[in-house]
Amino acid sequence: MTRFRKRRKTVVVSFAEHEADILANLLRNLVELLYDGMPPRTTDTSDPLDALLLDSEGPTSPPEDVVLQRLLPDAYKEDDMASAEFRRFTERGLREGKVTDAKRVLSALEESGADEIALEPDEQLSWLRALNDLRLAIGTRLGIEDENDYNSWEKLPDDDPRRLTYDLYDWLGYLQSALLHNMH
Amino acid sequence: MTTAPSELESPEVHEAIKLSPPWVTIVWNDPVNLMDYVTFVFQTYFGYSKQKAEKLMLQVHQEGKSAVSNGNREAMERDVEAMHSYGLWATCEKS
Repeated sequence: MTRFRKRRKTVVVSFAEHEADILANLLRNLVELLYDGMPPRTTDTSDPLDALLLDSEGPTSPPEDVVLQRLLPDAYKEDDMASAEFRRFTERGLREGKVTDAKRVLSALEESGADEIALEPDEQLSWLRALNDLRLAIGTRLGIEDENDYNSWEKLPDDDPRRLTYDLYDWLGYLQSALLHNMH
Repeated sequence: MTTAPSELESPEVHEAIKLSPPWVTIVWNDPVNLMDYVTFVFQTYFGYSKQKAEKLMLQVHQEGKSAVSNGNREAMERDVEAMHSYGLWATCEKS
């Protein structure tokens, strides 16, 4: 059972070992997905201005994967050109930010083993964002489209192939909510 | 012949800048994000009071969307980018 408690500005979290493993695996999948289709930065150029210009170039069309589409949505509803420009200058940074958050949580889990993890305020932010990205990813894969469907998802029979995934989704919501409440 | 007026900018220009429609950042409802988390993001990123953040969050939840900030286009794109970094579904548009 995962437990959270407050210690001044720090939030202390402890996981059962199998829970830490599950969370770490979900995060590894997320990192892999975020790297997918993103060419590595071209940092081997000697000219710093060149590097800056090359590095600023990101994709101009939305990702093909539905989860990535949700994590990296268009910035304009009715202006594809403006959305493409926005994407070109922001998508790479957004992906990297999400990877940084996920990796931060991942290394905390890997280092702690079954011990308690003490989260400083800026780490708490990374955890909240990474947990949220995981919920968005799983929620999108499951096809959760209406918040009022909560009851029908809760009532999924045990032998439904979506049951386990929904339970994970629900657990991540519990983690995010518990973390948030201990931060106040 | 007359010398150029020292006043370079006409008053109309100032008026035009003031009246030009600002842009807004819209946050859209989605079935995944927790209400408490959305409130937290509005407080943390925009520095809004809990009361204002909750009001905006409820507007998103009940009406499907809410204009959470306004300003020039560059500023709104920054806000949209920040919202995406938190996983909120946001777009910008002319108000």
